[in-house]
Amino acid sequence: MKILVPLKRVADPDNANKVKVNGGKLETTGLEWKPNPFDEYAVETALRLTENGTNPKARQGEVVVVTFGPKDTETTLRAALATGADRAIRVDAADDALDGDLVARALKALVEKEKPDLVLLGKQAVDGDSNQVGQLLAEYLGWPQATFAGSIQSEDDKSLVVGREVDGGTLKVRVTLPAVVSVDLRIVAPNSVRGKHTPPTHAYADGVRFAALMAIMAAKKKPLAEVKLADLASDTALKIKYTGFELPPARKAGIKVKAVSELVDKLKNEAKVV
Amino acid sequence: MPDFFDVSRHLSPEERAIQKEVRAFVDARVIPVVGEHFEKGTFPLELIPQIAQLGLLGCNLHGYGCAGLSEVGYGLAMQELERGDSGIRSFASVQGSLVMYPIHAFGSDAQKERYLPKMAKGEIIGCFGLTEPDHGSNPSGMRTVAIEDGDSYVITGTKRWITNGNLAQVALVWAKVGGPNGEVRGFLVPTDAKGFEARLIHKKVSLRASVTSELILEEVRVPKDAVLPGVRGMKGPLSCLTQARYGIAWGVIGAMHACYDSALDYAKNRVQFAGKPIAAHQLVQAKFAEMMTQITSAQLMALEVARLKNEGKLRPQHVSMIKRNNVRAALEIARTCRDILGGNGITLEYPVMRHMCNLETVYTYEGTHDIHTLILGQDATGIAAFE
Repeated sequence: MKILVPLKRVADPDNANKVKVNGGKLETTGLEWKPNPFDEYAVETALRLTENGTNPKARQGEVVVVTFGPKDTETTLRAALATGADRAIRVDAADDALDGDLVARALKALVEKEKPDLVLLGKQAVDGDSNQVGQLLAEYLGWPQATFAGSIQSEDDKSLVVGREVDGGTLKVRVTLPAVVSVDLRIVAPNSVRGKHTPPTHAYADGVRFAALMAIMAAKKKPLAEVKLADLASDTALKIKYTGFELPPARKAGIKVKAVSELVDKLKNEAKVV
Repeated sequence: MPDFFDVSRHLSPEERAIQKEVRAFVDARVIPVVGEHFEKGTFPLELIPQIAQLGLLGCNLHGYGCAGLSEVGYGLAMQELERGDSGIRSFASVQGSLVMYPIHAFGSDAQKERYLPKMAKGEIIGCFGLTEPDHGSNPSGMRTVAIEDGDSYVITGTKRWITNGNLAQVALVWAKVGGPNGEVRGFLVPTDAKGFEARLIHKKVSLRASVTSELILEEVRVPKDAVLPGVRGMKGPLSCLTQARYGIAWGVIGAMHACYDSALDYAKNRVQFAGKPIAAHQLVQAKFAEMMTQITSAQLMALEVARLKNEGKLRPQHVSMIKRNNVRAALEIARTCRDILGGNGITLEYPVMRHMCNLETVYTYEGTHDIHTLILGQDATGIAAFE
């Protein structure tokens, strides 16, 4: 099975306090970048589907990772190559010249060229939280989609049974390949992914795998191609216009109440919650 | 941790990726368990296959399944491991620098094939037997002897303060051939050989998440091909120590990192006097200014020595300087951070006192602080003050 995994780098959410707004624009210099966690889960899922978990070094399929961005986003791609992805594509574009729809349209063109059996991606990026690309891409391709996958079971790589987390339980849907699947947090639990090549008794370590140091060194020799955005999308106009950014207001200091009766009074009459 | 001079700009993309990966591993797998192991006085055995799988064992060696990292990459890997615990870094230092390195540098092809791939995979653990109960800073006075007998050597002696001793399948034992005035050679001794015994050293209050042993060899017979053919004399063990000390000098920056971050976070949140965090007080700020300077100095020295090592211009005295300087700085920083944390600093809820206790050992092992002082003193004056 051949799987295409679109990846996005995001500003490290642990350093959100470093984000600055300058003249209505986000200041990105000096920010630390890391892969969008849900996209990392998608890479992990793709690797589990294309290997025998008891011998992960022997690849049983192909995982191609793709990202959109300037040259330094290649770090994100190299990290995915180090964990086991087979090759990478960078679509050259400036960060602020992209939106979800343009990425989905460019990905459509890339899918038509690469012809993967499956596009796996994170359910959303943790920066903009737009949650659009997977759904738009499936629509543009006319492919079935399953979003928020918490489990995936391959049926001989011809179709997938995808467990979707919904309110109050798990909804199982069967999608015929080729398809677009977006993944949620629980997809990296030890038994969430049942690939064709891995014995059902095999349990993975929880979470995404660590890249071996040797694989990090070897990743720089794996193929990484550069594609121009204009070669994938004739119309690069953005449909989403950002009109401004502002930081959330600083939290106001709390107050101390003198007695329980005062607290109850405030809860009743000010907060109106009791 | 401060990177005041932005030294990370000198790192290659691969070196950054290595640091990030080992850091993530230590955050996920080492830090959550190491405090409890320290308290119980046990080594986290479950980490050995994971550390091996990551490629941390002998990671600056080339071939034989080793990762072949640059010297900076190796230093960063040790640094991130020691951010977890000096005991975990010591495990990797002994395996990589004190056993795999000499086999790689001085071993026969057969020894390399037999040991290195399995040691990189963590399937064979090694220990390094140089120090003796009565010979610490002066190892050349060792009493352990290897007597030739037909096609074997018969080794007798006692080694002490041996990290990994009770975990090891193979011990690299340094002994004098023929008698007390003989030449020092290194012997690869299987720990299941008849007459070989490893005794665990108990009651440690430092490096508690590390196995420390005494090795007793009573007429242990090894074949002639157990000797490392490529080196004779004290140059053998001393060249291993140069490798390990290099890793230590980088490693302790990780311990500084853990202590500094913990203390800074605490100082910003701990409110005393007039509703101000203690970080707003001048005496506390003076401590951070000093620590930041010490850390920056340690980072710069380590990086410069890595460059000398890559260029093949490294002298053991260079390593003496960074081992001496960086370990002293780390120990002082750990003590200062313990002070900043007040009473909370003495618990295992915070990493600081664990690091502080560990660093007392690191200050002493692999050439004590004072011995490195004398090495530098000799380098400056041309006069040896050892005797």
